Amino acid sequence: MSDAAARIAATDAATMLHGANAAELRASERGERRSLLGLTSPAVLLVLVIMVLPVGWLFYLSFIGSDGTFSMENYTRMLESKAYGRIFWTTFKVSFLTTGICIVIGYPLAYFLAQLPSRAANICMLAVLLPFWTSLLVRTYAWLVLLQRRGLINEWGMGLGLWGEPLPLVHNLNGTLIGMVHIMLPFLILPLYSSMKQISPDYLKAASNLGATPAQSFWQVFFPLSLPGLFAGSLIVFVLCLGFFVTPAVLGGGKVIMVSNQITNNIELFFNWGAASALGVVLLVLTLAILWGASKVLPLDNIIGGGH
Amino acid sequence: MSQTGALPISISGVTKTYGQVHALDNVDLEIKSGEFMTLLGPSGSGKTTLLMALAGFTRPDHGSIRFGDEEIILKPPHLRDVGMVFQSYALFPHMDVASNVGFPLKLRKVGRAEIDERVRKALGTVQLDGYGERRISQLSGGQKQRVALARAIVFNPRILLMDEPLSALDKKLREHMQIELRHLHEKLGMTTVYVTHDQREALTMSDRIAVINHGKLMQLDTPRTIYDQPANRFVADFLGESTFLQLEEKAGKLSFDGKPVKVRALPGGSNAPILVLRPERLVVTGEAAARDMNQFKAEVTDLVYQGDSSLMYARLADGTEVAVRAGTRTGAAIENVAVGDAISLGLHRDDTVVIRDE
Repeated sequence: MSDAAARIAATDAATMLHGANAAELRASERGERRSLLGLTSPAVLLVLVIMVLPVGWLFYLSFIGSDGTFSMENYTRMLESKAYGRIFWTTFKVSFLTTGICIVIGYPLAYFLAQLPSRAANICMLAVLLPFWTSLLVRTYAWLVLLQRRGLINEWGMGLGLWGEPLPLVHNLNGTLIGMVHIMLPFLILPLYSSMKQISPDYLKAASNLGATPAQSFWQVFFPLSLPGLFAGSLIVFVLCLGFFVTPAVLGGGKVIMVSNQITNNIELFFNWGAASALGVVLLVLTLAILWGASKVLPLDNIIGGGH
Repeated sequence: MSQTGALPISISGVTKTYGQVHALDNVDLEIKSGEFMTLLGPSGSGKTTLLMALAGFTRPDHGSIRFGDEEIILKPPHLRDVGMVFQSYALFPHMDVASNVGFPLKLRKVGRAEIDERVRKALGTVQLDGYGERRISQLSGGQKQRVALARAIVFNPRILLMDEPLSALDKKLREHMQIELRHLHEKLGMTTVYVTHDQREALTMSDRIAVINHGKLMQLDTPRTIYDQPANRFVADFLGESTFLQLEEKAGKLSFDGKPVKVRALPGGSNAPILVLRPERLVVTGEAAARDMNQFKAEVTDLVYQGDSSLMYARLADGTEVAVRAGTRTGAAIENVAVGDAISLGLHRDDTVVIRDE
C-alpha cells in the first residue's frame, strides 16, 4: 500500500469515527474564515496606511527635541508653560459651553421633531441637515459677515433700537460659540432624535393613565428614556469640539486659541514639529481618556453603533 | 360579585370619524357595575377606539361617556382613575418591577411604607411574589403581562380596561391566563372592559360580549346567547365556524330541498331566511331520526382527523359544503363513514338557528 493510499485509509477511518463528513465541514469552515479575512484586508491596510502610520510618526516626532535627539522637552514645556495650561483650559471651556448650548437648543428641537408626523418630521430634518451639505469654511465665513460690527445682525438690532452700540459678536468667544453651536447642532440632534423615536407612545399613555400629569410623564418617563441619546449626542459634540480648528480660527479673532490652533501656530510660525506633535498626542490621549471614562458610566455601544 | 368600589359605565351616542371612516358610529352601551364586558370585533372594527375613548386617549366627536354619575368625556386621561393593561404592556424599561407597580402610588403621594406594602400585595395577587427587584428586560412575556396587570390594579381603580392583553402570549399560557384573569376579576370585582378579536377568549371570559363591526354595536348579550342566537349574519359568522344555508319560506313555514325545517324561533322580517349551520351541532344520524331532528341528505367529500376531534366535510343537495365536527371516541358514528358515502346529517330543532339576510 502506498503512502497516499494509507493516508486516505486513515482519513476514512477518522471520518467514520466522527460521522460521514465532519472533516470536510471543518475544512470548509476554515476556508470560509480565510476568505472573510482576505476580503477585509484591503480596508485594514488602508486604515493602517492613512491612520496608524501618521499617528505613529507624530508620536515619534513628539519625542524628538530641538537638537534632533530623543528628549522629553516637548512635554515638559507643556507642563511648565502657563500658556499651554491656558490653551487646554480654553479648549475644554469652549467644548463644554458649546455642548451645553447645543443641549439647551437641541433637546427641545429634537423633541419637537419626534412629535411631528413622519412627513413633516422628514422635511424639518432636512432643514436641520441642510447646513451639513455646505462647506464648513463657507458657513464660518458667513457667520463672520452676519456677526461683524457692521454686519446684518448689528445693523438690524440697532435699526430696530434693540441696542445702541454694536455688540461684540465676533472675533471673540461669543463668535466662536455661535459658529460652533451652529456646526455641532446636527451631531446632537441626530442621535437624540433617533433615541426619542424609539420611545413608544404607549409609555406616555401608560404614565398618563396611571395618573401622571403631562409634566410628570415627561420628566419621569420620557426624559429618562431619552438620556442614552442625549449622552451619545453630547459626547460626540464634545469630542468633536476638542479638536476643532476652523471656527475658532476665523471667528475667534486670535483671542480664542484652542489646542488645534496652537498646533498650527507651532508649525506655521515656529516650524516646531516636535511641539506640535506633542500637543496632538496629548489631545488624542485626553480624548481617548474621556471616551474611556464615558464608556464606564454609559452604554457606549449605542454611541459607537454597536447595536442594542 | 359587584363591589362597592366598582362603577357602571354609560356610553351613549359616541361617534368618532377619521376622515370619511366612522371608527365609532353612534354607539350606545351600558356596562354594569362590576361586570366583565368584552368588546369583540375584527381589526379596524372600532373596539380599540372605544376603549381609548374610555381611557381618554381618543376624544369622540360627540356623545357622552359617564363613569357612575360623572360625565368624563372632557376629562384628561390622568384624572380618570382607570386602570389599563396595554397590548404592549408599556412597562417602563428604566424602572424595576417594584417601581413600575409603585408608579401610580408615587404619583398619588402615597407614603413610602404603604407603597412597599401595596406593591408587595399586588405582586402577590398576580403570583409574582419576590419579583420586585427584577428588571423589566429580565421578565418573560407572561411575567410582563402580570406586572402590567399588577400596575393597573395597585391603585384600586374602579374600572379596569384591557387592550388585547393576552395576544402576545403563546396558546397554552393564554388559555391559562384567561382563567386566571377571570378569577382575578371575581376577586377584585372592578368593572372590566376587555378588548379582543379572539372569539373563544371572549366566550371564555365575559359576563357579556359586545360584538362591534364598522364602528357599530352588532349585538350585546351573554356569551351563550351570542353564540346560540346570533342577531345577524356578521355575528353568526364571526363567532364559530358557520356555514349559511338559504331556506325557502312559504306562509311562515321554512323548508330546504323540499323538506320542512323545524325551528325553535323564527325572527320577524321579510328578508330571506338563512340557516346557520355549526360543525359541532351537526351529527351523523341513521335513516330513522328522532322527531325533533331536522335531516339533511349529504355526500361525504373529505375527512380530517385532528386528534381531539374529527372534521367531516359533506355536500348538501344544493351544493353547499358543510363541516361536521365530532369527538373521536371509539364507536362514534363519524368514525364509520368514508369519503363518497351518502349519509344523513341531523340537526336538533333547538340548535336550528335562523337569521334574516341583510
